[in-house]
Amino acid sequence: MSEPVLEIRDLHVDYGFGDDPTHVLRGVDLTLHRGEVLGLAGESGCGKSTLAYAATRLLPPPGLITGGEVWLTDRDGRRSDVLGLTDAQLRAARWRDVAIVFQGAMSSLNPVFRIGRQLTDGIRAHRPGLSPRDLEARAAELLEMVGISADRLRAYPHQLSGGMRQRVMIAMALALEPQVLLMDEPTTALDVVMQRQILEQIMELRDRLGFSVVLITHDVSLLVEVADRIAIMYAGEIVEEATAQEVYRRPRHPYSSGLLGSFPPLHGPRRELSGIPGAPPDLQRLGAGCPFAPRCPHAMDVCRQVRPVLGPPSTGEDRRVACHLHDADLVGAGASSGLPPELAR
Amino acid sequence: MRFVLRRAAFYLFTAWAAITINFFVPRLLPGDPVTALMGRMQGRIDSNAEESLRVLFGLDQDMSLWDQYVHYWQMLLHGDLGLSFTHFPTPVADIVTQALPWTVGLVGIATVIAFLLGTAVGTGIGWRRGTWADSLLPITTFFSAVPYFWLGLIAIAVFAVNLGWFPSNGSYDRGMVPSLSWEFVGSVIYYGTLPALTIVVSSISGWILGMRNMMVTVSSEDYVTVAHAKGLPARAVVVGYAARNAILPQVSSFALALGFVVGGTLVMEMVFSYQGIGYTLYQAVSTHDYPLMQACFLVITLSVLVANLVADLAYAALDPRTRQEG
Repeated sequence: MSEPVLEIRDLHVDYGFGDDPTHVLRGVDLTLHRGEVLGLAGESGCGKSTLAYAATRLLPPPGLITGGEVWLTDRDGRRSDVLGLTDAQLRAARWRDVAIVFQGAMSSLNPVFRIGRQLTDGIRAHRPGLSPRDLEARAAELLEMVGISADRLRAYPHQLSGGMRQRVMIAMALALEPQVLLMDEPTTALDVVMQRQILEQIMELRDRLGFSVVLITHDVSLLVEVADRIAIMYAGEIVEEATAQEVYRRPRHPYSSGLLGSFPPLHGPRRELSGIPGAPPDLQRLGAGCPFAPRCPHAMDVCRQVRPVLGPPSTGEDRRVACHLHDADLVGAGASSGLPPELAR
Repeated sequence: MRFVLRRAAFYLFTAWAAITINFFVPRLLPGDPVTALMGRMQGRIDSNAEESLRVLFGLDQDMSLWDQYVHYWQMLLHGDLGLSFTHFPTPVADIVTQALPWTVGLVGIATVIAFLLGTAVGTGIGWRRGTWADSLLPITTFFSAVPYFWLGLIAIAVFAVNLGWFPSNGSYDRGMVPSLSWEFVGSVIYYGTLPALTIVVSSISGWILGMRNMMVTVSSEDYVTVAHAKGLPARAVVVGYAARNAILPQVSSFALALGFVVGGTLVMEMVFSYQGIGYTLYQAVSTHDYPLMQACFLVITLSVLVANLVADLAYAALDPRTRQEG
């Protein structure tokens, strides 16, 4: 596997100051390798977007990063901890090393400036030496790259359709050829045809320009198609991480299995949609055990008492899962009557 | 350009409607000016003079309302607003043109200062909300909650009477002859400072509050986060992204406030005996000076209309979404 460009280590984020904050991210470990598309999936409120905001220090109050490290490798191979940068260093690293595409295609563009100006002001901030003509040429090139004609540079955001705006955002994000592109549900506001076009475009650009992508979405079926690796989040932690094919064909965590069971398969025989019973947990009232235990069909006594650790499963595969069902000791000691069939494929 | 023309046509129509109403309303009032004048003079005018007064006021010709209306427009277009009753026989137009610059100058400048200062402070407070700067808000709100006449009187009592820093009334040193000399202008500024200050102090809170709240709203917009994520300098984010959008509602209230500069200064001009249009209107009302009243209303109406037009144009210039193209 190629070298890592973004390494998130034991990241903790709280919402709310004072004595009783809500722990929204509880020790997230995640590595993004060069040229890779990493999918991050999970239901609403599990902390997917918080992770993206925290990793770039864009978290609005009352969000607070309480611990962890975010190592970013820049173009020259220098590694630095985003959380330890000074304001000036952070400003310099943003957009140049890591760019973000937000979910609101409609609201991500400043309504009072022309597209051209919004494309160029970021470039100008990072490369002050460029002449206005060079900036304009670069902006035109970026627009053409996402399939929008360059005469749209003089358009205002309200004169573009939702799909075009999101393309403009993608062009903007690639303006400085960043190493890492964080995409927070980039296609949720668009119809399915547009979703596909935009994702295909991103993948094509990734092949051409060689950046890495973290694609955040609740649409696992989409990830199965486009992502190289998938990380499944639940209640502020990563519960399973493996290649897309592995997750799709052989989910190891009951939650992943539930997620996959809640959308119709695109190929193969039809099956019953199952869904996941219960509701997302209240992050303020998490017990000591596994956060998924109350909803888990296979919960054991140990699940309610000990929090499982993300690690390789007992089968010894090269993947990580946080579930007692795959705990080598417990399985070996016969604590459970073997794995449930849908997790043992 | 089409946009400007269309707006201008709309405002011309509104002006016509306003002037027409302005023409008819006084004619619907009971009584007539001659009786009012005779009554006010309490017998000091010989009752035989009544007929000549009627001739003088043009009430002898038995014109139909329509003919009067047409005549009114003819006079209006020639800038002839009739003669004042109280300052007889000074033309009303002269009185208004004498009073108007004082109001527009003093209150206009005070409003501009309050707007600029309030918006700047509001931007700062809104951007750094939750700091000590927030405590500025209750103080300014207090001053705008205090009735203006009381604030003016206190200001006079403290700064003019007790401390003697500023004159208590008037608009320039009575010993001077109005001219464009430094001395005279200095005197006007000196006399205008206290009234202007009270206006700024009492109106600034609205600007601060409005701008602060818009800044708070706009700061959580996605495009502001995007601007941060782009690594733009903090100043560019605040000015170009946050304040640039937050100021839009401020601009329309500012234009409206400019419209009320002419009409809304009655209390200030009374408290400071300032010789502006409000003071003139007050005199006109208290002496039943119909032509003067009508002229004052006309000026106020027109200024509100002009301010609205300016607001429309400014808004269109600042917000591309309101421009209707093609």
